[in-house]
Amino acid sequence: MTEPVLEIRGVSKSFPGVKALDNVSFAINKGEVVGLIGENGAGKSTLLKVLNGVYHADEGGIFVDGKPISISSPRQAFDSGIAMVFQEQSVLPTLTVAENIFLGREEEFIRLGLISRKRMNAAAAKELEKVHLNVDPATRCADLSFADRQMVEIAKALSLDSRINGHVTILLDEPTSVLEKKEVDLLFSIVKDLKARASFVFISHRIEEVLEISDRVYVLRDGKCVKELEAKDATVKDLHQHMVGRQLHHEYYREARQATPSSEVVLESKGLVKDGAFANISFALHAGEVLGIAGVIGSGREDLARCLAGHTKPDGGSISIAGRAVRFSAAYDATASGVGLVPAERKVEGLVAPFSVAENMTLSALPKFVSGGVIRFAAENAVAKQWIDRLKIKTPSAATMVGSLSGGNQQKVVLAKWRIAGVKVLILDHPTRGIDVGAKEDVYELIRDMTAEGLAVILLGDTLEEVIGLSNRILVMKDGEVTASFDAPPGAKPAQVDLVSHMV
Amino acid sequence: MTAAVKSGDTLTGRWRRWAPVAVLVGLCIFVGLFDFNFFSWSNFVRIMNVAAIPMVICMGSTFIILMGSIDLSAEGVIAICAVAASMLVANDYTGVAIGLWSVPIAIVIGGAIGLINGAVHVKLRIPSFMTTLGIGFAGIGVATAILGGTMVRITDNGFRNDLSLGRVFDIPAAVWIAAVAVGVAWVIQERMRIGRWLFAIGTDEATARNAGIPVERTRMLIFGIAGMFYGLAGALSAAQIGRGHALIAQDKLFTAITAVVVGGTALSGGVGSVLNSVIGVFIVVVLNNGMVLMGIEPYVQKGVQGLLIIAAVALALDRSRLDVVK
Repeated sequence: MTEPVLEIRGVSKSFPGVKALDNVSFAINKGEVVGLIGENGAGKSTLLKVLNGVYHADEGGIFVDGKPISISSPRQAFDSGIAMVFQEQSVLPTLTVAENIFLGREEEFIRLGLISRKRMNAAAAKELEKVHLNVDPATRCADLSFADRQMVEIAKALSLDSRINGHVTILLDEPTSVLEKKEVDLLFSIVKDLKARASFVFISHRIEEVLEISDRVYVLRDGKCVKELEAKDATVKDLHQHMVGRQLHHEYYREARQATPSSEVVLESKGLVKDGAFANISFALHAGEVLGIAGVIGSGREDLARCLAGHTKPDGGSISIAGRAVRFSAAYDATASGVGLVPAERKVEGLVAPFSVAENMTLSALPKFVSGGVIRFAAENAVAKQWIDRLKIKTPSAATMVGSLSGGNQQKVVLAKWRIAGVKVLILDHPTRGIDVGAKEDVYELIRDMTAEGLAVILLGDTLEEVIGLSNRILVMKDGEVTASFDAPPGAKPAQVDLVSHMV
Repeated sequence: MTAAVKSGDTLTGRWRRWAPVAVLVGLCIFVGLFDFNFFSWSNFVRIMNVAAIPMVICMGSTFIILMGSIDLSAEGVIAICAVAASMLVANDYTGVAIGLWSVPIAIVIGGAIGLINGAVHVKLRIPSFMTTLGIGFAGIGVATAILGGTMVRITDNGFRNDLSLGRVFDIPAAVWIAAVAVGVAWVIQERMRIGRWLFAIGTDEATARNAGIPVERTRMLIFGIAGMFYGLAGALSAAQIGRGHALIAQDKLFTAITAVVVGGTALSGGVGSVLNSVIGVFIVVVLNNGMVLMGIEPYVQKGVQGLLIIAAVALALDRSRLDVVK
């Protein structure tokens, strides 16, 4: 067997609270397209970032043509023949197309210290031709559509091909999530054309796409590489099985404890509109209910969640709480009406990291702990201790800085905060993102506890499976509108395929 | 995803781009209507002359702001460089008299202090705001200490003529020098790698890093380049008033920052140009000139300038995109 062009052996990488990669090994052969699949948080992006020098592995090594190399920066990765298309776009809107393509690699166009725009634009035009993007290289990227910018990003990575003598490897981290079918087909034909010169690592949430383009597929789960198989031998169903790694979903999601919602409507949305994000959203949320909202990125469900929580104002329609129409002009109005949001960006929006566990817990209900303008620490601490016990939060004490806890325990603090504030409706935006399996199960348990006590939950799940497993009812959103609604009673859950057909 | 994002082509986008020019033209017409002397050749030369030194300072400040940082050290750096320049030409304090050679030396000193700014900011990871504020005050302190609180009088009239007072085509030398400084800054911005990189860093530092740009080194160098412009401004200031002392650059910093912002360069970085700052300097200078012509009291003038910078930021900033204002 020939030597793989790029190989990693036994790579591990930890972040505080979560082991993102656990002894992962994999290899890419010459001219091969390797698919990488796994659930969110399985470690796919982390793995690519290790290969690209953005992250440094705690253990293990990277080998190019069988020789160990160290990659400490994206620049070094590039010089070793590895380029990456980032999941979050890295095209700079203030620079032109040509400037973006050659950013950081302007040397070849510099003479006597001055950049030749003419030669740079000409070279950029050649790269743009490869991806069949018909724009002037002197256009500012701010003036391009999102999809065009993605093609610029891809052209930037592919430009490596004509600039490095050895074999090149191009890492594609979800390049298709924002592309239309036609553009995806184009990207795939480009990838096939370039296989003689380059190898590719391809990540996508759409498993069909991965199977279509890849020669070989690796499945990651919880930071471990659990399966390696030839794409031609694999089916979507198999891969799903390997990704999830378990069959007893209903136990995992505590389906037996799924509450039967009461007839009491706690929140109702009528024809809610936010220009450019969503339109005509109507639903009623009952006490004790988990209402799941499914949809891809750009479906408008994140915007809806933020709007319901008062973070943004709707442009039309109405929200009523317990039968009374409300207008939230800021998040504190929503809190006062009993609606809380657990945001996806926990560290940025959900917690004040340098505050203690107790301070975070009482943040939204501080007036309850104030008498005569002074905070009563004893009362604050007593309540915090009570919730630490109740939610089994692993923390040395209530005075510990919340930033030093693991992701799962941080999430529990956020949940406790809203429980103390006495919310009736809790909107959970990706509540299990970036926390490990055990902590996920704790969060599921907490959701069941809350609904048993009569709280209503709106859930934007991390995976489709999670939404299905936890919800009483599921709304599917696409392009800002509700395209379908499913009942999901225990034992008769809708299939993922049914939901997906309304999502894309 | 089909919605094209064309911020530059919308009406408000175009308005934002041309607003500074419109403001300048409107201001000139307004002041001209009030006092027709505004349009006289002598007043034109006066405006150019007053604008010359702020222009040179602004070239440095613009680069720093484009990079998303802020530089508050200009007054201190200019003070040291002005004192150094006046002690190197024929003067009443030292025996040295190297004439115009003092100019490159002032520029090198300014660049060195700028590099210190950059190194402290980058290596010790101290916000540029605090770093440069500290270095600026230290600079004024050093300049005061060198002279023991007194001043140096320049006796080299050739130096003063060549750098400031002498006229070519009836326009003072300082104006020509400022024009060259603008040209150099324009070439750095448009045609040099470091100009490209500073825009990239100002727009999104993480992306710039991912693209393999040596972010730290670039930051330090840009602070160094800004310092060189301050150094030149120091030599020009000394030549203009014929003295060197620690408070020579008083109020210049605020004028410079106002001009950059009024010109339309975003304090958040990544958006703007040295040409915007040229317009900005003229807006500030014409406004002051107009207030002088109208006989408005100097203290009121300062107040107007303060309000101007806030109004400019309020108009230029697309606040709908800001989540948090600190």
